[in-house]
Amino acid sequence: MIRDVAIVGAGWSGFRSITPELSHKELMYDAAVRAYEDAGVDPRRDIDTFVTVGEDYHEGISIFDEYVPDQLGAVQRPVQSIAGEGIQGLAAAVMQILTGRFDIAVVEGHSKASNILTLPYILAFAMDPVFNRPLGVHPYAIAGMEMLRYLAETATTPEECAAVVAKNRSNALFNPLAGHGASISIDDVLTAEPIAEPLSRLECAGHSDGSVVFVLAAGETARVLSDHPIWIRGVGWANDTFWLESRPWGDARYARAAGEMAFRTAGIKSPAKEIDFAEIDDTFAYKELQHLEALGFCSRGSAGEWTLEGGTALGGEFPVNPSGGALGEGHLLDATGLARVLEVVLQLRGQAGQRQIDAAEVGLAFGWRGVPTTAGAAVVLSN
Amino acid sequence: MDEFVYDSVYLSSRDLREGRVLFETWQPNAQYAWDAGVAISRYLQEFKAGKLIGRSCPECSRVLVPPRMFCESCFCPTDDWVTLEDTGTVLTFSRCTITWDLVQLEEPQMPAVIEIDGASPGMGIMHMLGEVDPEALAIGMRVRAVWKPADERTGSVTDIAYFKPLKE
Ligand SMILES: [Zn+2]
Repeated sequence: MIRDVAIVGAGWSGFRSITPELSHKELMYDAAVRAYEDAGVDPRRDIDTFVTVGEDYHEGISIFDEYVPDQLGAVQRPVQSIAGEGIQGLAAAVMQILTGRFDIAVVEGHSKASNILTLPYILAFAMDPVFNRPLGVHPYAIAGMEMLRYLAETATTPEECAAVVAKNRSNALFNPLAGHGASISIDDVLTAEPIAEPLSRLECAGHSDGSVVFVLAAGETARVLSDHPIWIRGVGWANDTFWLESRPWGDARYARAAGEMAFRTAGIKSPAKEIDFAEIDDTFAYKELQHLEALGFCSRGSAGEWTLEGGTALGGEFPVNPSGGALGEGHLLDATGLARVLEVVLQLRGQAGQRQIDAAEVGLAFGWRGVPTTAGAAVVLSN
Repeated sequence: MDEFVYDSVYLSSRDLREGRVLFETWQPNAQYAWDAGVAISRYLQEFKAGKLIGRSCPECSRVLVPPRMFCESCFCPTDDWVTLEDTGTVLTFSRCTITWDLVQLEEPQMPAVIEIDGASPGMGIMHMLGEVDPEALAIGMRVRAVWKPADERTGSVTDIAYFKPLKE
């Protein structure tokens, strides 16, 4: 990249199924205070620009952008809101720093999923209104159809998908932030009631409320502010075609494109050799496998076996979702990718407690915007 | 084939009448229950009791209403509840003569922002004015809250029916 950019502050709040004691503004304020304290910055004086991610239908308020500045310390300052995945917002903040006009930027994402009484209907509202929505099918059926096609094309087995759930929810038991930790067997997953075959209930991430805030700074500023800046080596993002009628069902092409862009900007030739661990979207269990393969960490069709053998476990050769992922922490709507980034930051700083990965030097975070989208974003971070 | 495609760049009423222009309709099912949070929950609770409260900022000393747990100007936590009067001064107002669907109103609605006595200058709540001659409305007019009867209050900003001119 033309300018070095690092994460110098990280903050979070919530990460629980419900947060009835706090408004979304108070939830964001708590995360922001923590991030600014961590970075040692005063938002009213030091921060040059603010980016938030969100989606009006998730907020239940149109033009939600208007309601974010107060609780971030961003009143009368440059504020941009992005309707996108959290890591797309992170990329936007990076780009603002790369322009040379801003030295310190903030990115924020949050979820008040518990406040949406008709969440499946809101998801369904993202489906094409002419071709798909009139059929009246639950949007998770898209995940079911995608999983079936992925299994058929790659000979991945339901057991291998279930192993992702067992691994991630077990990892979450070592993560005080994660609210969905559990000791679950592969058999528990396979015998759970189907949601949209072959997808079972335990293979779908539950939802959580929460907020994540990062403070980003340009090279010299980052070195002054932090003893341990986490460098953003590369970012990438991509969309595929929206058509359910003709998308590549078995293959997450958007993840491949987003990953290639991130690796190119990071100067990474061989992701599997140069990256030590990853936090990868696992909104549905099979997604972790599909994304792992598309990002090039293993060959197509081999992620399932690798997982079943423990290669991606906490003590494995390439830990995936040491935080517990979305299956273990809960899905945070538009902030889900930022939760992935948060774990990479904590691991690289050596602050991951019981789930700390030895010699973690380079990590990748990948976010997906959920059904029915083909939107993905990746970021490579390092010490 | 001709009869199924648009003849020209202009549509005629016949195109619509004969169903040659098609529509898809959808009614969104978007329902929410927002957590009001610490500050606004207490604020609304006090409405039930017929009281207005604010929060004070330890740094700029402003008294904020509606109350909030942090000052947007200083970015610090507010630290105290302050009981306010239910009287105030009209900061700005309008005579609104249309409904949401653009129907002309016989009697105009009179929304106003009212600086609340006890809160800092420029700190007001938005509400409606009533029992007032629309022609007599003016910036600086002194007003008082007209509360609904206690048993009709639900912990909502509509527990105040409106503000009316104060005879001092
Ligand atoms: Zn203040």
